[in-house]
Amino acid sequence: MNFPVTDTSHTLAEYRTRFGYQALEKALSMAPGDVTKEVAGAGLLGHGGAAFPAGRKWGVVKLDDGEPHYVCMNADEGEPGTFKDRWLMECVPHMSLEGLIIGSYALQGRHAFIYIRGEFDLAHRRMADAIEEAYTAGLLGENILGTGYSLDVVLYRGAGSYVCGEASAMLASLEGKKGWPRNRPPRLTVKGLYQKPTVVNNVETLANVPVILRLGAAEFKKTGTPKSPGTQMISISGHIAKPGVYEIEYGYSWEKFIYEDCGGMQNGKALKCIIPGGVSTKLLSASEIAGVTLDHNSAVAAGSQVGSGGMIAIAEGTCMVRLAAVIQRFYHHESCGQCTPCRQGMGWMERILNRIVAGGGRPEDIDQLYKIGEANDGTTICSLGDSAGYACSAILDHYRDEFEYYIQNGRSMYDGNLTVEDPFADSPFANSLAGAAS
Amino acid sequence: MTGLVQRLIPEFEVWKRRYPAGFDGSLSIPALRRIQEERGYIADEDITDLTAYLGVPRTQIDEVVAFYTQFTRVPLGKHHLQVCHNVSCSLRGAEGLVKHLCGRLGIKPGETTADGQFTLTTVECLASCGTAPMMMVGDAFFENLTPASVDALLTELQETP
Repeated sequence: MNFPVTDTSHTLAEYRTRFGYQALEKALSMAPGDVTKEVAGAGLLGHGGAAFPAGRKWGVVKLDDGEPHYVCMNADEGEPGTFKDRWLMECVPHMSLEGLIIGSYALQGRHAFIYIRGEFDLAHRRMADAIEEAYTAGLLGENILGTGYSLDVVLYRGAGSYVCGEASAMLASLEGKKGWPRNRPPRLTVKGLYQKPTVVNNVETLANVPVILRLGAAEFKKTGTPKSPGTQMISISGHIAKPGVYEIEYGYSWEKFIYEDCGGMQNGKALKCIIPGGVSTKLLSASEIAGVTLDHNSAVAAGSQVGSGGMIAIAEGTCMVRLAAVIQRFYHHESCGQCTPCRQGMGWMERILNRIVAGGGRPEDIDQLYKIGEANDGTTICSLGDSAGYACSAILDHYRDEFEYYIQNGRSMYDGNLTVEDPFADSPFANSLAGAAS
Repeated sequence: MTGLVQRLIPEFEVWKRRYPAGFDGSLSIPALRRIQEERGYIADEDITDLTAYLGVPRTQIDEVVAFYTQFTRVPLGKHHLQVCHNVSCSLRGAEGLVKHLCGRLGIKPGETTADGQFTLTTVECLASCGTAPMMMVGDAFFENLTPASVDALLTELQETP
């Protein structure tokens, strides 16, 4: 992806100057099964976090089963630290939309859905406009481009729920219900939306589909690494000098990315650790990313994951105990309350961490935090509780000394510091207690 | 049915055209969003009327309203300030931002100012991590906030008729 972002770069007219919808024309001239083969052959991996091969997911759906098939774009980006899908929808909504139409054709769907986060206003407007432009141009609706293929797209706006980014919860939400995940089997590709075979793909995954169709699988695989073909959008934030959304080729040096492309840490501070792909991925210390490349195999070998590409850089001098409390507050807030280990465990972990932060930590707290995390591992329907356990245990593994110090002394080793540069340090209310425990 | 839902039904009927037939229950979340946009919150009669219109169990609508954080059963202030206090924003000064807003408005998170102008809420990640600290006012994102930019924004909002 290489184009200047302007006030009009999201429009259909400009998307067409960048090969827009040429891939759809090509796909519509192919047999649906061949479209799936091309995507599978490209080795495209899911970009939502789990890195499941997209083509294999499509291939599970049987074209001759006599059932309606649905493709849903997962635009419920909510993994803390991740903001690349919002960027894609605000800047180039047609790219993912074209991928959605191609995917729906490959699965012979008559209806497709885009489930977008309720809080995304501009992205929602941009995507809504893109859909209407596509209808007007004959790229959606009845008899697309005169080929006889018809597709309607529903743009569905959520209303505030992290767990709805989980595919089965998303489908429950699309059915107009509360977003509770459900057990598999049956898989969603067997019984998904309205009990019909359904494929859920992330915004960025679908954005890769047009280029695969246009260039062909073989050409696509020339970028990236053999096991992680293509590119990854990385949104980086935290104590980094140049935060933002970057596109890197899989296999790119992690250190070069952090220290050169992103300018290193704020104020020239040293890097303490990195949360690689959303808070649900295990953090890695500065020394653990040395020599590691940004692709799925390397990230896993280093002890973590590429995840959602939501990278958070944390500088030396940051209090990891307070950061753990911030992370756990999030998981507690977002637990849907369905499974007991998560419903009870998330609040329990948060209360322990808040007690440590308040100076009332007990020596047994550290082991208790590990235990609650382990009690969630594999015992709940979705992975929210597991993720909280992984996130917390990774912090404890790396920074146990900070927790022990805090518990023994009733105060932080780093004065509870979370910022490198606090823009509100000079606020007249900087030392007030109001909202301190919010 | 004589109220708000009745008035909005023609809009809901247009939305239905792009859905597969027979799954009207799917409209619950979009319809509730639209109702709240008009009224500012979800009233008892909205739940009753929407249940009748969609032909779904009342518990489904009750649960949806309770489950999703963006729905409210009570009116909020004219301007709803939602400050992200998740990881990336905390690393960039969200705690100071919350204190500053509390100080300026004289309220705590979860409260509304006595004049009904502002409701302050702390929320989890809004996917604006690269431009932290930030908050959402109504539907709009305000990013890279500083005491000066917050003060200017509050003044501007207060003057909004």
